Amino acid sequence: MSAKDRNALTAVWDFFCSLKLTIVTLILLAATSIIGTVIQQNRSPQEYLQEYSETTFRLFDALGFFDMYHSWWFLALLALFSINLIACSIKRLPRVWKTVREPVLVADDALYRTLSNQEELLAKGAPSELKERLAAYVGRSFASPVVTERDGAVHLFAQKAPWARMGVYVTHLSILIIFAGAIIGTVWGYKAYVNIVEGTETTQVWPRGSDAPIDLGFAVRCDEFSVSYYPGSNRPKEFRSVLTVSEGGRTVIEKRPIIVNDPLTHNGITFYQSSYGPAGDPAFQFKVKLRSTGETQDVSVRQGERALLPGGGSFRVADFTESFQNFGAAARLEVTPADGPPRSFVVLKAFPEFDAQRGGEYIFSLVDYQQRFYTGLQVAKDPGVWVVWTGCFLMVVGSLIAFFLSHRRIWVTLRPHGDKTAIRFGGSAHRNQPAFEIFFDEFKKGLREEVKG
Amino acid sequence: MSSAQLFNVVTIGYFAAMVLFIAYLATRSKGVALVANILAWVGFAAQTVAIGLRWYESYQMLGDAGRAPLSNLYESVVFFSWTILLIYLILDLKYRQPAVGAFVIPFAFLGMTWAQLGLNDAIEPLVPALQSNWLTYHVITCFLGYAAFAVACGVSIMYLIKAGKEEGRPADTPAGGILALFPSTRILDDINYKSIMIGFPLLSLGIITGAAWANYAWGTYWSWDPKETWSLIVWFIYAAFLHARFTRGWVGKKAAWLSIFGFAATIFCYLGVNLVLSGLHSYGGG
Repeated sequence: MSAKDRNALTAVWDFFCSLKLTIVTLILLAATSIIGTVIQQNRSPQEYLQEYSETTFRLFDALGFFDMYHSWWFLALLALFSINLIACSIKRLPRVWKTVREPVLVADDALYRTLSNQEELLAKGAPSELKERLAAYVGRSFASPVVTERDGAVHLFAQKAPWARMGVYVTHLSILIIFAGAIIGTVWGYKAYVNIVEGTETTQVWPRGSDAPIDLGFAVRCDEFSVSYYPGSNRPKEFRSVLTVSEGGRTVIEKRPIIVNDPLTHNGITFYQSSYGPAGDPAFQFKVKLRSTGETQDVSVRQGERALLPGGGSFRVADFTESFQNFGAAARLEVTPADGPPRSFVVLKAFPEFDAQRGGEYIFSLVDYQQRFYTGLQVAKDPGVWVVWTGCFLMVVGSLIAFFLSHRRIWVTLRPHGDKTAIRFGGSAHRNQPAFEIFFDEFKKGLREEVKG
Repeated sequence: MSSAQLFNVVTIGYFAAMVLFIAYLATRSKGVALVANILAWVGFAAQTVAIGLRWYESYQMLGDAGRAPLSNLYESVVFFSWTILLIYLILDLKYRQPAVGAFVIPFAFLGMTWAQLGLNDAIEPLVPALQSNWLTYHVITCFLGYAAFAVACGVSIMYLIKAGKEEGRPADTPAGGILALFPSTRILDDINYKSIMIGFPLLSLGIITGAAWANYAWGTYWSWDPKETWSLIVWFIYAAFLHARFTRGWVGKKAAWLSIFGFAATIFCYLGVNLVLSGLHSYGGG
């Protein structure tokens, strides 16, 4: 390889390892992400053309703005971010790993000169006499030291939390793990939906962005769907589907209720309560009282169907809702009397005497209704989700270690000086140096006391 | 006494504390600073009781459907003010710099005033999507993170004021007057960094608990919803901040600007998204 090639390669490598690239990429990711929050994502062309002119629409479409988080340029930014992470770690990790695994046990003058916390003093006695006491002192006030004797000098080395230096690399690795989990989920998983009418079952679900259904490999049946409201209001309290799963004709999961925030999982596929709607027209049971005679009649009728009334009139249910303001289930009836124009009014299930106040020829009470529903379920298969959670856990642990723990080291060297000992000692911390300075001041004082006594 | 009345007391307390912290800048009286601090502590204690009281009141009103007061815009703004006080008081215990109060307490006071005067404080039961323990973990971690960023923004503003005045002077002569009461630029820069060091893991936890909850509720931990995306944007900005400290030239003024910018993004993520954009988090508003 020529010198020029080597230079070019080094330049490329340095580019991918640089911190400046990290900052620029992060800011670019932040800025471009804004686009997808002000431009609606994944809508139909018709919806976009209502909002934007045709030129703007074509421009945005060409730039990938309508599905920007899956666009080639956004994914390229994420890839650049990942390469930067990997390159930085490859460059810096080996040295850090060496510092953690192969500590410098013997400090020479060059090392002491680099320490901003250091001290020298003379003490009575020979190194061999002092080393036990000093080793004990270091152990008491900091950490158990390793004692090395070499060239007539005694060296002590003690450290705390060496693995704190790995926190940064754990955090960076966690980001890559999260990306890997997302890729696994995208490639080997899917997101789909299915509507199941009460009392029926399905073996297929429909993925978004595609017309072809996916076979579950088992059947899911909706035994029952119900929606309940908070008393005296139309605020929904609970959407509940009761599901039964069967495989090969055999029931595997029997009548398991699911609600929002509590889904059902089978064979790695999870079903989430998402929406619901009416399936078919409801059926009603009314009690009709003829005001003039007091005669009552039970009438069963479907929505829209016309039913005859005693006395020659007829009525039909024009509309129905389960939650009419705060009053609960209500039906809008249209009564056509024997002679006269049709009249329209509301009957409330919870208040059977309500219609009497209307003063009409007939008094209606809504006794009961049956509405079949379909339940709308989100269906998701994501084999990568636990990889993502592992990554998230590592990110939190890694960043706590990186921010709040510090690798601290102390070296002590004892050299014979006539019949005394020259003691040189120093320390360093890789984080939070001010706190270590304060600790080292105390350590210094304690060591002086130790060698005096 | 109801929680509503107690929150009014809290608002007045924070107003008084804010006024006194600003008065401390003018009078330089240690006594004024002491009273301001006492008011901050008393207000914080009262707000803690009020939040607990509202939680209890929800059980009284709704029976089984009672829930922690973290579920609508009113409750979130009140909780945000509380977390700002919490982070401020913790930092005050460590650094003992009352001048910082003049730049942080106003955020809490403005929050409480907006909540008490402009937001609906009715205690309503939770719709199905919000009935989950994840709501508590997600809201608490997010707001503790936001509060730390608020404090960082406050001290960054102080930094820019002080560093701006000191620019015209020879090195090592700190500015006089009110600015003499400010902590040194070195300490302001340190508080800025330490606050973000607290806020960033909390924001990460907030995003992660949000993703976990989304996975249980909707089957997908990330859907590039505007709220999710904006929280990631805020995360990118503060990640840039943390890495920028390792590059010479990005400490001091640049770091202060990035911190203010990050908090602006945080406020847009919290309020702008709900009130201006549309998406799955729309029930976080109104």
